[in-house]
Amino acid sequence: MSEDIKNFLYLNRRAPYGTIYAWESLEVVLIGAAFDQKVSLAFVDDGVFQIVKGQDTSDLDMKNFSPTYSALGDYDVNQLYVEQESLDERGLTIDDLMHLTWEDEDEDWAEKDSIRVVSRAELAKIIEGQDVVFSF
Amino acid sequence: MSELHTVNKSPFEKSSFDSCMEHVLEGSAVLLYEDGVYAAMKNIAAEGKVKSAQGVKFFVLGPDMKARGLTEDRVTDGFEIVDYGKFVDLAAEYDKVVAWV
Repeated sequence: MSEDIKNFLYLNRRAPYGTIYAWESLEVVLIGAAFDQKVSLAFVDDGVFQIVKGQDTSDLDMKNFSPTYSALGDYDVNQLYVEQESLDERGLTIDDLMHLTWEDEDEDWAEKDSIRVVSRAELAKIIEGQDVVFSF
Repeated sequence: MSELHTVNKSPFEKSSFDSCMEHVLEGSAVLLYEDGVYAAMKNIAAEGKVKSAQGVKFFVLGPDMKARGLTEDRVTDGFEIVDYGKFVDLAAEYDKVVAWV
């Protein structure tokens, strides 16, 4: 039987907490990670706010799900694309984002960055190269 | 009649904040909460609209900022950061609340 591995991209465009989209996306990513597909995430528009560091929902009656992004590397989800233009429009830089990493078992578990900042044009090409795109 | 205008949507995703700013009059106030708090950030398009508003008070809900990792130093000058209690006080203080949802 031939293995049919596909490229899945999760396209995240919403800010966290105001709506349920960000959390739902994360849940689906984690479920999908169990199916041995090639998974990557893109953070575009308000989606970049999902991975801003220092989130603290202790004054809200809501779960702070931002620490979960740090666990993605353990599920072999280590391709996180962040769109440069979306950061720029929001006055943000890569330093405002959580430092998300994964360990490469082919290189003696070397720690590597999961986040790659890409331009809008580059992201268009990345989207083009996918088999399936899930939008949140 | 003075009004408390509230905005709870991101200024990048919806026009709620822009519409609010085009209708707010002198002597009134704008309070940002939920995803509306992003409009209180410096170095974004919304900052200019806040700065050019005359005689308008600006408030932003602290717990919603904190949840989103939006720290005080990122907030445009002129905003007062408030808690839920103050939100209630403001709603009572102004003649009416105008929600830009």
